[in-house]
Amino acid sequence: MKALRPIIIFAALVVLWQIIVWLTGAPHYILPSPGLVVKALGARSDVILGHGWITLSEIILGLILGTVLGSISALTMGYFRPARLWLMPVMVVSQAIPVFALAPILVLWLGYGMVSKVAMATLIIYFPVTAAFFDGLRRTEPGHLDLAQTMNASRWAALRHIRIPAALPSFASGLRVATAVAPIGAIVGEWVGSSEGLGFLMLHANGRMQIDVMFAALFVLAIIAVTLYYAVDAGLKRLLFWLPETQPNET
Amino acid sequence: MNSTPKNNFSVSVKADRLAFDDTVLFEHIEFDLPAGEWTCLLGPSGVGKTTLLRLIAGLVPDVENVQVNCSDGHTLESRAAYMAQQDLLMPWLSVLNNVMLGARLRSENPNKERALDLLARVGLASNARDLPAKLSGGMRQRAALARTLMEDRPVVLMDEPFSALDAITRVRLQNMAAELLKERTVLLVTHDPLEALRLGDRIHVLAGRPVKLDEPLTPSGTAPRDLHDPAVLEGQADLLERLAAADQEIAA
Repeated sequence: MKALRPIIIFAALVVLWQIIVWLTGAPHYILPSPGLVVKALGARSDVILGHGWITLSEIILGLILGTVLGSISALTMGYFRPARLWLMPVMVVSQAIPVFALAPILVLWLGYGMVSKVAMATLIIYFPVTAAFFDGLRRTEPGHLDLAQTMNASRWAALRHIRIPAALPSFASGLRVATAVAPIGAIVGEWVGSSEGLGFLMLHANGRMQIDVMFAALFVLAIIAVTLYYAVDAGLKRLLFWLPETQPNET
Repeated sequence: MNSTPKNNFSVSVKADRLAFDDTVLFEHIEFDLPAGEWTCLLGPSGVGKTTLLRLIAGLVPDVENVQVNCSDGHTLESRAAYMAQQDLLMPWLSVLNNVMLGARLRSENPNKERALDLLARVGLASNARDLPAKLSGGMRQRAALARTLMEDRPVVLMDEPFSALDAITRVRLQNMAAELLKERTVLLVTHDPLEALRLGDRIHVLAGRPVKLDEPLTPSGTAPRDLHDPAVLEGQADLLERLAAADQEIAA
């Protein structure tokens, strides 16, 4: 039953979609039926998958860069107290500026290619990872640190053997949130200025009233996002082998 | 294997005045930890026992009013092991790796044979590879005891290490600790008069605010004393009365 649940939910949504099309009698250029979308997906599969691959690459590169940079920032702030005092306000200010507002500037600076989209995705992933990981590093069980001190552990050893592993569950929640929002960065970047990617394809199809292609691209994007989320979630569960089995975090 | 570290030094503790948030916890208290003996600090919750233990363990930075002196002239630093009320096992390390945590933190090569031997002595030989989450509360505290022994320090500071356990497990662990920590200099902080009477060679009652320290009680016989021992039972009644009186004093 557990394995079937996603399939049943998916099927129910498709049926609901079809019912809405029938009931409202919406024209196909406003709301195409599931059948039309599948047809478009089949007919244009090479184009859609090609653009999908570009978007997926942008998201994955952004995830890697955002996670690495976020982890470095969190560790720096966790280890050096002055860094915390100077970096934290900078991070909060950086978050006060909506990434969407930065998109045109990033495209202007970094060009229409992939780099500006990876930068967007990195920016959007960086904060949840940094904030969650740093929070975890800060909230180490004081007793564990007392124990480490009586065992003559250096600050570095305590960080490496106690504070980092203890902060991994928090890091994992941050990364789950980041994975869920990562596609936003890539897609917004593509909307603002690009010549490839699913965001570009959707705008392009929209301009030509190819709403079925738009929906097909949206469908592929959803598949990418969901697959990525569950892959990251499975990887994190393996990393956090000592935690009791829990439901995947809702984000 | 039974390498008891050199513990031919006693420790003296002197606290002049210690206050947190306008509450004076201690005003001039002084006591000794005689070499190779168990000293118990018995007091109600909130009296400052844990603070005192943390001060002695050097876990509270920048406190000048507390002096810890060892009779051999060295400091206590690196010579005291610490066992807390919580087992403080790292949930991501196996029981064996938890026992060897000290070596890992000091980047030393851990002595795996000794760790396994200690685990066997606390009855956890078959759980060496398990994660702490698989163990019961009593087993976890036994693993913590093995970790404390693994440090092989002459002085052991214990902060209510058995208070979270059920009565039967507590008695068993008290026996085990008395046996395994024999000949070490132990400071046990507890709120349980029975525990103090079973394990302590000297018992100080911490009472009042600021804390006053009376002459230590010295129960006869060797630890762990029998639960049926009339002297233990009578002593328990006396100590409970003293604690209750002290409690009223604080409330008044």
